[in-house]
This record gives sequence, structure tokens and C-alpha cells, in this order.
Amino acid sequence: MDTDAVVSFDHVSPEDSHEVHVLAVDDSLVDRKVIERLLKISACKVTAVDSGIRALQFLGLDEQRRTSESEGFVPSLKVDLIITDYCMPEMTGYELLKKIKESSMFREIPVVIMSSENVLPRIDRCLEEGAEDFIVKPVKLSDVKRLKGYMTTTREVKVGSHDRGSGVVDDVGVEIEINNKRKLVEEEEEETSDMSSSSSPPSVSTLSSSPSVSSPSSSPTSSPIRRLKMSSSSSSSSD
Amino acid sequence: MLGFGADLLWADMNRLLAFLFHQGVLDEQFLQLQQLQDEASPNFVSEVVNIYFHESEKLLNNLRGLLMEKELSDYKKIGIHLNQFMGSSSSIGAKRVTNICVAFRAATDQSNRAGCLRALEMLEHEYCYLKNKLHELFQIEQQRALVAGVRYPVQNQ
Repeated sequence: MDTDAVVSFDHVSPEDSHEVHVLAVDDSLVDRKVIERLLKISACKVTAVDSGIRALQFLGLDEQRRTSESEGFVPSLKVDLIITDYCMPEMTGYELLKKIKESSMFREIPVVIMSSENVLPRIDRCLEEGAEDFIVKPVKLSDVKRLKGYMTTTREVKVGSHDRGSGVVDDVGVEIEINNKRKLVEEEEEETSDMSSSSSPPSVSTLSSSPSVSSPSSSPTSSPIRRLKMSSSSSSSSD
Repeated sequence: MLGFGADLLWADMNRLLAFLFHQGVLDEQFLQLQQLQDEASPNFVSEVVNIYFHESEKLLNNLRGLLMEKELSDYKKIGIHLNQFMGSSSSIGAKRVTNICVAFRAATDQSNRAGCLRALEMLEHEYCYLKNKLHELFQIEQQRALVAGVRYPVQNQ
């Protein structure tokens, strides 16, 4: 039986590059155990931490190591996805999201927010800040299965082009990246928007003005009231 | 005959589970937890639930302490504890407990002390019931595992 360790992680050897590594952040021990198991059973390596601060420490983004980026610091374990609870003491999931998106080294990592509350302004804010997805708790296996989609394709894009920040990505890469962006838009809007591949969020905020959550027929997941619907096929602008 | 015993216990377990679902004590999230249990993690559900019990008792004590204060209660702090309790309860599929937390939180939002006290009593009662039922469930499961684990190569009786 695990101790009440605030950090638990699996040993990842450099050769295990094909297995995705998820950094899970949640102050609730019960939720950490559940998300950890959900991820492990979905063939992910997991590092579970109990706060945003610890998450930043793990990434090497904490206050003391701020210079780590300029010194070419490479975290020992590559992170393919960050999943974080929204409501946490000291640093909320939203604040953590912002810090990650502000970092040139880590902004490409997809960040998913979990919350027990389905508050649309909260969801909007997170998406605008660059969150990949927003999951209403309790988290289920079907949610994690969906997340795997982000991670796999993100890695593929990474392999194709090193510097995504500059927006220079091959067509296939852009297509994949776009397919995995979650948007609060009508399907028609997705089709007409151009395939710009910058990583800035302004386009998301203009498109997310509609308070209603659309449910494209292509999405196989649960009801629109609980979940955002994913545009799984059509092209849409990336943020 | 032991194989027969294991079957009876299995039926007991399912009957209890069905009852708990029917009563709304548990919801499908509990089933989700069961799906996460396998040979690699054979005690997952009881492990998580025991963590839940441990945390819940602390939270309930905190809530009672805060509401019993002679001075005006710190509703914000109560709300924080409640959110935690609500979150973990919903994560294990404890539906009735979660629902009472929602009502409790509404009373907190209105700084309604009497309402909060009533909600706390209901919460304690409901939590107690849940704990007893889940203990019962785990006991049956343990018995079944014990019984099923004894092998009789040939039934000579």
C-alpha cells in the first residue's frame, strides 16, 4: 500500500520513449489514486503530484530554477501530457496552466483541466489560456482514452518538426494538431477558419463567444452538458 | 461444497451492490472503480475507499468543529472542506453523500447556520451508512476470495 507520498512516479528508462508519460496534479489523494490507475490501465507512465508548485518543480520551472531554461535544462522525464485539477490551494490549475503556457520549453505540452464543476466561464477561460481539454469530474476511463489521442498525435508532430512555436509545421502535422483542439464552436465556423498554426490563443476567444456547447455528431463521447465536444475530424484554426 | 459457498457469496455481493445502486447510495462511478481493479491491482477499490474513509473522517471532524464554534462560523473554510469532501465522494461514486454536500454547500453560501447543522447531521448519518455498507461489501468479497482460493482437486463427498 502506498504511503501518503506526495509524489509517486514510475521509473522511465530512456528507451521507453514510445510510452506516454503523464504528469497528474491533484491535491486530493483519492483523486490522485484514481487518475493514476486510470492512466496506468491505459498504458501511460504516471507522475502524480499534489500541487501546482510541485508540478513546476518537477518540470524544473520553479522559482529557484528559473534560469534552467536558458541553460538548456532538460527534465529527466519527458512529459507528454499534464492533467491538473482546477481547484487547488495556493496555485489553481488555471494558474498552473498559465505558467506552463508562458514557458517556451513546456508550452507545447497539452494541458487538460479537471473540475468537479461544470462552469462555462471557467471552461472558457481555461481554453482561452491554451488548455487542450476540460474534463468534468469524476474522471472516467472514456475520458482518459480520449486524452491518449492528444498525446500520440502531439508526439508525432514533435517528431516531424522541432520548433512548433515558429509555426513551421508540415501539412500533416498541422492537420493532426488541429484535429485535437477542443473548441466551443459551431461546426460551420470550424470549416471556414484558416489553418494558421501559431500557438497564440486569440482565435479561440473569438470563437468561444457562444455560451452553448455544440455537439458535433462525429464525437462519440458523453453528453454535451457534462463534457465539451471534440471536433474530431474537421479542420479548425489552431491556437 | 466450497465452490457452492463461493457462488452464494458472489450472489450476496451482487445483491448488496444492486441494492446500493437502487437506493442511490452508489452510482456508476463505483462501477468504474471496480473496472480498474484487476490482477495487477487486486485491491484497488478497497484501497481507494479506505483512503476516502480516512480523509472523510478528518473532514467531518473539521466541519463539526467549525460549525460548533461559538463565534460566527467561518463559512469560507467550511466551503473548502465541503468541496474536498464532495469531490472525493463523487470520485468513489458515493452519490447520496455527494448530494447532501451540495445541499450543505447551499446552506453555507447563505450563511445559514441552522441549515448547515442539519445538513451536517444528515451528512454524518449518510456517511456512516455508506461506510457500514461498504465494509459489508468488502467483507463478503474477502470471504469469497478466501473460499474461492481453497481448491479441491476432486469432490469426494
